[in-house]
Amino acid sequence: MKYLDEYRCPNLAKKILDNIKAISKQEIKLMEVCGTHTVAIFRSGIRNILPDNISLISGPGCPVCVTSKEDIDKAIAISRQKDVILATYGDMFRVPGSFSSLEKEKANGADVRVIYSSLDALKIARKNPQKKLVLMGIGFETTSPTVASTIITAKKENLRNFYVLVCHKVIPPAMKAILDSGEIMINGFICPGHVSTIIGSHPYEFIARDYNVGCVITGFEPIDILQGILMLIQMIESGYAKVDIEYRRFVRADGNPIALKLMDEVFRVCDSNWRGLGMIPKSGLELRDEYIMFDVKSSFDIEIDSNDKSEEENLQCMCGEILKGVRIPPDCRLFGNLCTPDTPIGPCMVSSEGTCAAYFKYGDIKNR
Amino acid sequence: MCLAIPAKIINITEDMAEVELSGVIREASLVLTPDAKIGDYVLLHAGFAIQVLNEQEAVKLLEDLEFLENISEIS
Repeated sequence: MKYLDEYRCPNLAKKILDNIKAISKQEIKLMEVCGTHTVAIFRSGIRNILPDNISLISGPGCPVCVTSKEDIDKAIAISRQKDVILATYGDMFRVPGSFSSLEKEKANGADVRVIYSSLDALKIARKNPQKKLVLMGIGFETTSPTVASTIITAKKENLRNFYVLVCHKVIPPAMKAILDSGEIMINGFICPGHVSTIIGSHPYEFIARDYNVGCVITGFEPIDILQGILMLIQMIESGYAKVDIEYRRFVRADGNPIALKLMDEVFRVCDSNWRGLGMIPKSGLELRDEYIMFDVKSSFDIEIDSNDKSEEENLQCMCGEILKGVRIPPDCRLFGNLCTPDTPIGPCMVSSEGTCAAYFKYGDIKNR
Repeated sequence: MCLAIPAKIINITEDMAEVELSGVIREASLVLTPDAKIGDYVLLHAGFAIQVLNEQEAVKLLEDLEFLENISEIS
């Protein structure tokens, strides 16, 4: 495919790798923030070819993995209500909340539909005027403008049966939270390429300025990732941290101003609870007053049955530590035996972009 | 979840486009990229074109890498 295959050329990859090996002297840890990067890195085998002094750590950028249990419990409670259709992106379908998952609810008769686009949810709402359509709005800045645009369309059409359970989150505050926690030393960030198509490079500048940690916005093909790593190593070896863009074919410094404007029209920033990381100030989105009629909070009584209990195994799950980059999946007692992609316990194993799922599918056999 | 794929616009009707990905035709909203034209490559995510490809930059990266001197061979 054009604009994909060219960035998979083994000869170019070797050239970049040789340069990495030639200039990289220090022991360094680079965090790939985005879950899509985690999978791309594992699938391409980049972890295995990098020199030993370079470690790649997976970060918190899997929206499914960091959606709080409370938000999943809310989605489940809503799906149990009468005359409700709950629409969700496929990644969220199997993730366990405190006591169930949307998949289990669907098996029990709830009308849960997996959608590819928020526009699909809109179509379902139009076709079923007698029912309430609730979209579970998850995702980072890549996805939130698409949902904002969909909500604006719903308002224009005066669609009265369309609602959103807003669980959207924004990435830079989570990177700040990881740096502030002091639990892990990070020398550079491989910044999320597709989030950055929307937000651009400016929102990362405080990281280089205040923490002296370099950031490179990187694409998702092997050439992109290796080149992004090379650019970070050049920064680290020179001792000068800055924000740079490797993925220039799709990322501009000011991002996508139209998408940012739509997001700002519909959402405002709020504090948000990240599974595994806890409450992070100004890291979530909520609907502005002008759009509050689309918020589930304004139209549904959401009661979580307190008799439902977490399963005991969950207490041993290390997803929280793994999302912060402090532990790796093989450190977890559940990984690979009780917790597998077929029988996932924690969210990092459920989502195909979760760190545990990536380790299980592509990781080194000896580390299982 | 943040997966997005380059797709070529082959038709535009108001703010919706038909895009082609490896021979498969899909619908994409152009609300976030209203300046995109037929023939442009856009990044497709969750039914929306979220950014237009900068062809010059796409080629430049590969050209720069072709000319990248191999440090280990020189030293």
